[in-house]
Amino acid sequence: MGIDRKFIGRESEERSVEVEKGQLRLFAKATGETNPIYSDEVAARDAGYPALPAPPTFAFSLALLAPAEGGSLTEMGVNIGNVLHGEQHFDYRAPIHAGDTIRLKSRITDIYEKKGGALEFIVQETTAHNQHGTLCVAARGITVVRR
Amino acid sequence: MSTATLTVGSDLPAVVTEPISRFTLAMFAGGSGDHNPMHVDTDFAHSFGMKDVFAHGMLSMAYLAQVLTKTFDQRAIRSYGVRFVSITPVKATVTCTGKVTEIFEEGGERRARLALTATVDGGVVTLQGDAVVALI
Repeated sequence: MGIDRKFIGRESEERSVEVEKGQLRLFAKATGETNPIYSDEVAARDAGYPALPAPPTFAFSLALLAPAEGGSLTEMGVNIGNVLHGEQHFDYRAPIHAGDTIRLKSRITDIYEKKGGALEFIVQETTAHNQHGTLCVAARGITVVRR
Repeated sequence: MSTATLTVGSDLPAVVTEPISRFTLAMFAGGSGDHNPMHVDTDFAHSFGMKDVFAHGMLSMAYLAQVLTKTFDQRAIRSYGVRFVSITPVKATVTCTGKVTEIFEEGGERRARLALTATVDGGVVTLQGDAVVALI
C-alpha cells in the first residue's frame, strides 16, 4: 500500500531551533572540515563573521534537530529503514550563525511513484527564518521510499 | 584565490576524503542530527535487506560543499543542490570535483554556475550537483 496522497500540501507545525556552536564544531569535525572559521570563533570573526557560520548544508541538520510531526515519515506510515535521500537543494538568502534562533516550516509539495509503485518520492520544501524574521534558506528535498 | 579570473571550463581544486569509517558515520550521526540507524547499526541494515550500513547522503553533500567553500567565500554561494545517484559504501574514499559551466549576470552581480560531482573508488558517481556562486 502506497503513501496516502492526502499528505500532498501537508504543512508542518512551525518549530524553532537554536544554532549551537558545539553542534557546529561536531559537524565540522565529522565532515573533516579543516577551515578554522567553522570551529574557531576568533578565526570566524577575523573572516568577518559575527559568530561561527553554519556550513552550507547545515540547514538540513537544523530541520533534523527540530523534527516536525506534521508531514513526518511516521505520520505518513513510512519506515525509516526503507528510505533513501533522492535530492537536496538549498537557496541561500542570508547567512546562519551560532546563536541564531531559526524558525522552520515545512510543506509536502508532491508525492509520486515510479517503477509501478516500487519506489515512491516525497517532495518537501522547508523555509528557515532567523530571529529577525529574515529568510535565510529555502530548501527542497526528495525522499525516496522503497517498497 | 581570486575568483574573478574563473572562466567556463575552469576546474576547481578537488577534495579527496579519507576512507569513510564506521566511526565517521557515528560522528556524523551526532554532528548532523541524522539518527537513522541505517548508517550506524549493522543489525538494522541487515533487517532491511542491506549487506552493511552505508554513508549518509548528506555526509557526501557536505564533502562536496567543501569544493565550494575552499574556493569561494561561503557568503557568495547563492544556491547548491545535488541528486544522490548511488549509495556511498562504508570505507569508500570520496573524490569531489567542480567545474565552471557558465558565467552570467543576475541580481546585479557576476555569477558562475558550477557542475559538481562526487565519486567513490572505481569512479562510481554518487552525487551530481550544481551551484551558483557570486564572483566577488
